[in-house]
Amino acid sequence: MGFFPHLLLAILEGTVAAAVLALSALGLALVFGVMRVVNVAHGEFFMLGAMLAWWVAKSVPGGPAAGFLAALIIAPLAVGALAFVTERLLLRRINYDPEATIVATIGLMFVIQQLALTVFGADAKAVSAPFTYRIALPWFGFSGYKLFVVVASVFILLAVWWVLARTKWGLVMRVTQFDRETATAFGIPVNRVYSAVFVAGAALVAVAAVLIVPIQQAHYLMGLDPLLMSFIVVIIGGLGSIKGSVIAAVIIGMADGIISMFFSPTLASIIATLAVALVLVFRPQGLFGVATR
Amino acid sequence: MTARILLLHGAVIVALFLAQYVASDYAVLTLTRIMVLAVYALGYNILFGYAGLLSLGHAMFFATGLYAAALGVTRLGMAVPEAFLFAAVCGVIVSFVTGLIVLRASGVAFMIVTLMFSQAAFLTVLYFGDITRGDEGIVIKDDQRVFPVFGHAVNLADLLVRYNIALAFLALAMFLCLAVVRSRIGHVLVAIRENENRTAMLGYDVKRYKLIAFVLSGSFAALAGASYALLFAYAGSTLASIQYSIHPLLWTLLGGAATVLGPVLGTALMFLLVDFASGFTSASLLFVGVVLILLVLFFPKGILGTIRQRWLRWLP
Amino acid sequence: MTALLETRGLSKSFGGLKAVSDVSFAIDKGEVRAVIGPNGAGKTTFVSLISGRIAPSAGTILFEGDDVTPLPAFRRVQKGIAYTFQITSIYQNLSVAENVALAAHQPGGRASLEPLARVGLADRAGQIAGTLAYGHQRLLEVAMGLALKPKLLILDEPTQGLSDAEIDNFIGLVREVAKDATVLLIEHNMPLVMELAHRITVLDRGAILAEGTPEEVHANAAVQAAYLGTG
Repeated sequence: MGFFPHLLLAILEGTVAAAVLALSALGLALVFGVMRVVNVAHGEFFMLGAMLAWWVAKSVPGGPAAGFLAALIIAPLAVGALAFVTERLLLRRINYDPEATIVATIGLMFVIQQLALTVFGADAKAVSAPFTYRIALPWFGFSGYKLFVVVASVFILLAVWWVLARTKWGLVMRVTQFDRETATAFGIPVNRVYSAVFVAGAALVAVAAVLIVPIQQAHYLMGLDPLLMSFIVVIIGGLGSIKGSVIAAVIIGMADGIISMFFSPTLASIIATLAVALVLVFRPQGLFGVATR
Repeated sequence: MTARILLLHGAVIVALFLAQYVASDYAVLTLTRIMVLAVYALGYNILFGYAGLLSLGHAMFFATGLYAAALGVTRLGMAVPEAFLFAAVCGVIVSFVTGLIVLRASGVAFMIVTLMFSQAAFLTVLYFGDITRGDEGIVIKDDQRVFPVFGHAVNLADLLVRYNIALAFLALAMFLCLAVVRSRIGHVLVAIRENENRTAMLGYDVKRYKLIAFVLSGSFAALAGASYALLFAYAGSTLASIQYSIHPLLWTLLGGAATVLGPVLGTALMFLLVDFASGFTSASLLFVGVVLILLVLFFPKGILGTIRQRWLRWLP
Repeated sequence: MTALLETRGLSKSFGGLKAVSDVSFAIDKGEVRAVIGPNGAGKTTFVSLISGRIAPSAGTILFEGDDVTPLPAFRRVQKGIAYTFQITSIYQNLSVAENVALAAHQPGGRASLEPLARVGLADRAGQIAGTLAYGHQRLLEVAMGLALKPKLLILDEPTQGLSDAEIDNFIGLVREVAKDATVLLIEHNMPLVMELAHRITVLDRGAILAEGTPEEVHANAAVQAAYLGTG
């Protein structure tokens, strides 16, 4: 295959990577943006979503499409419930202290990871896509499902943007993000908003996992990569800015896809992690960081 | 330094020394491991407990020492003492350069930056897999671990030789830590932790002190890594992973941050607990996770920290 | 006589807001100078610029004739400019004596209790600073400033939150301090200012509105209009 077809394939893969990244990072961006805490177990919520998708697909009769739809409902609900419990029993008790939250969610990460290992086992689990459709291009075939994932991501991102920008809920969230104390003074139940945001963030990442798992496989250690990549996207995009995260996801996803294709995935990861570290050091507010009081 | 502080810490070393005469071979081996990793935790505590900076990336310094020593012996033809020194120098340089960059960030950003740097280091270890042998790791052969000291041949493959070298290493590290903590530098670090703005406004060069703490901490970690490689004849990539950045944090929190004996106690206890737990389940990290959560919720000061607060105010 | 501290064309903008606007100001050695002005006049920004806590957008700051503008805060402290925070900033978890020892650059050691004696806290040396009453915490802050043996002591609203009796005490304390150091005082308490200050600088909207002796400033019509009301 010549260079340009190769490049086209890399761009397509990059687009898929960007979409996947944007979806995975969205939950983290929302949580950090509004609550100012870092949930290190974010990747494990993703992994749980993927595991549940596999389990639901296995248990539900009627073929991969039925399993997929069922998983789309069940996974976010289950992961959301776990997030709710975490927020109530853990985060609230430590009063959302940034350092304590990081340490506690690291603990949570280990717990979820190891429980998944015990319950689901150490082997990778494949999940069939709800439909298979091969797009035949002159140089290579490309999976129609992957493009569907891109479209679905765009749709979900737009939906979240709409909620944030155009609904009362979104306004409440943005006010709480900007100044927690003023929000309280206006009668906004900040604790409930935090609860809702944390649960929403977890549900979103579970949806992302259900969408993505037919492309990758489900494995109990799969949460680490989305966690790191989500960090990278959220930080470079600017903590608190959804728009920034999306743009960062596009840039990083494309770069990652292209570098991975032409060089090696490991090298791409090294560059990405160093990039985020340096951005944090020299421009802590990222590309579009939103200032809060 | 007051007598009772010296006595207390001396007693711990003496107890460990005597332990080798009553412990089983397995216990001796485990204790050796504990002592080396306790040095790692001691170093971590200088930065975390005393200076108040939470690094999530210390595995990179441990790995620096680990691989410097392992590669020094297996590829660069160094003898054990040389390799150790080489690892020390590498550790100082890497922590100094990293510190210059990383310390420009603060708070949550600092934590994430250290995490990222460490992850990049881990990936680099994997990337150069033909040198580092990745997961499989570098194995140091027994004949490479014999070296002369004042005319006698010291063989690191010997169980008790290893134990006593690790003990000497721990003793040195512990008393060095004690010295730092009780010195001017130690008190300024605590002041920075307690109120950084105020400390700067009292005329202290806060950046310089933080860098000193960072380099000390990273160097302790590198020396621990070097000892680990030389004493256990193995350097593998898991020792450079995120897990190994979380471990010293956990051990320090458990034993009591901002106390000298805390990290040592925490390391020992955690090993015991994991050993105990692996009788029931292969998921020992589960245990680690649960302990972390419980500590954060109920015992943020750790064991010795709580003891100090309630009863023994003089504990350093 | 060269001024101890001088600013030339000092300005600071935050985005579109000009907090401090082209301020040229000088304070002589041995003076007690008060800086007053309505809320938002830029007083705290101004002293933050002098102490080095924030960097200016334009202008220079000279201390004892040397340009200290590029120096970070801790270096200015080393040169002799001490600053006490508007919102008390002491080491809450350390003892009163340890607080002063740190200020005297003898961390962990035994420092002279003289600064504590001067503010009247000598008998509380062993007490944990966080358990002090608010007024005493303010005094500790001043004691720490004294322990630095500064040439210029900047007090940012030091009497805020103090009772009348404590304020009376404070007047005597400042007179004492002024024997060894030059004092720059930001205050809202007008009777205090009238009593203590040799000269007063009035800031309004980031610029100097008036400067002079307490009587001159009190009589100044523009100042009255902006700030003192009918006086």
